[in-house]
Amino acid sequence: MSARSAALAAITLTALAGCVQTELRGTGDLGVIIERAAGRVQIVDTTRETKLGAVEGLGDLSHASVVFSRDGRYAYVFGRDGGLTKVDLLRMRIDVRVVQSGNSIGGAISQDGRLIAAANYTPGGVRVFDAETLELLADIPAAYGDGSQRAKVVGLEDSAGNQFAFSLFEAGQIWVADLSEPRVPKLTKFKDVGRQPYDALVTPDGRYYLAGLFGEDGVAMLDLWHPERGVKRVLAGYGRGEQPLPVYKMPHLEGWAMAGSLAFLPAVGRHEVLVVDTATWREAGRIKVAGQPVFVMARPDGRQVWVNFAFPENEKVQVIDVETQTIVKTLVPGKAVLHMEFTPRGEAVWISARDDSRVLVYDTATLELRSLLLVDNPSGIFFTSRAFRMGL
Amino acid sequence: MRNDAGGLLIQINTSRAWLPHVLCMSSFHRALWLVSALLFAASLAAAQTVGAARQKELVRLVRQDCGSCHGMTLNGGLGPPLTPQALKQKPAEGLKATILGGRPGTPMPPWGAFMTEAEADWIVNELLKGFPNER
Repeated sequence: MSARSAALAAITLTALAGCVQTELRGTGDLGVIIERAAGRVQIVDTTRETKLGAVEGLGDLSHASVVFSRDGRYAYVFGRDGGLTKVDLLRMRIDVRVVQSGNSIGGAISQDGRLIAAANYTPGGVRVFDAETLELLADIPAAYGDGSQRAKVVGLEDSAGNQFAFSLFEAGQIWVADLSEPRVPKLTKFKDVGRQPYDALVTPDGRYYLAGLFGEDGVAMLDLWHPERGVKRVLAGYGRGEQPLPVYKMPHLEGWAMAGSLAFLPAVGRHEVLVVDTATWREAGRIKVAGQPVFVMARPDGRQVWVNFAFPENEKVQVIDVETQTIVKTLVPGKAVLHMEFTPRGEAVWISARDDSRVLVYDTATLELRSLLLVDNPSGIFFTSRAFRMGL
Repeated sequence: MRNDAGGLLIQINTSRAWLPHVLCMSSFHRALWLVSALLFAASLAAAQTVGAARQKELVRLVRQDCGSCHGMTLNGGLGPPLTPQALKQKPAEGLKATILGGRPGTPMPPWGAFMTEAEADWIVNELLKGFPNER
């Protein structure tokens, strides 16, 4: 290249940079961290282990969850106050925001990425939105009994065929909504699935929907390939009639910890992680842990399971080796550990310590701390790799 | 009840000036006086044992940990709202018993291991007035 053309190229590049203002980048290593008290999210880069910027004005994020558009550019943030905010991760600003209910618990994105469904406590039900505009497409009231009562909706999960499955806490029901015609949802209702389903998950293949029960020992399971077979009870009576211990924070089932043919679930009211053989759906073991487990999450390669705990054991995180089903390390990342998120291929895990206002990044091979980020009262951590996984 | 006992001790110590008078009373009156003095001391202890630092901790506990079910704004979540509006029909004693002992058959756990009765009283009182914010 001659000196003259090089100079020209440099000028052209400068001019282009002036238009675009930022360098081009992908979104596969981006994520968001909820700052629960500030109504703000931090956008983070998991390669450089750093914060990129913040987006404010998201309302009450005291219980917030996030799903991602399939292009990995937008984060849909579900706030406690019913706010649903579509955040542009590249421009680091709000794209669209609606307040869709009075009290919300979370949501899901459809298989084709075109629909966003929100699970609501008040008024109890599910609302479905256009993922691009957040225009309301369908409203599904969670009416039960004589029809005048509305149940709180929990465990809303996506599955194949643009279906969403969810549970009705007070009613003890599981519903499947087929949204292949988004404005005309077709509902299938399963009654008497068990007392007080509190959260649910779908297996990574989208086949099994499992709702954890608070009001009794057991898990309600629906085979979404064969809904005609109805809801079955698995792990019934895992507490073996013992008086349950008090639960100071509800466990979460979203992070389906599946390693080989084994699945790992938090027991309710027992300081144990339950191991389930997914071929038979029978208990394959139980591992004593430091407290009431809240999140039980498998490293993406399935070799480790990481567990955090409810108050008052919420300073700890325990690492389970899957092959031996033993705890290999008890970490004390900080006060009020609320959430953990693995990087896409699991070489690191990010852990939020709310009361220390920090997020800690651990190396999952050495179990050593590698980075520390200052984040105001952090709770949920969500990476864009969720965009490609069912149920997340 | 760690703080109650501490508070009680202080009250008895400060009422030592009354002791000669008490010793002159009949045993029945003495017992009666002692009982009422103790009750009075206990009620003072209840009002006085929640110091400013502990109040700050309790505010955080209620906002963050109770808030995980009742919402950080206390407008409700899986658990019912704890706003003055929502609680105004409920007797304070029942609210205190719920905090300390939980509600069997519901997800509400007992918090008695983490606070004294006086602290539970303080929380109930603040909830009924409109609970303070953390900052």
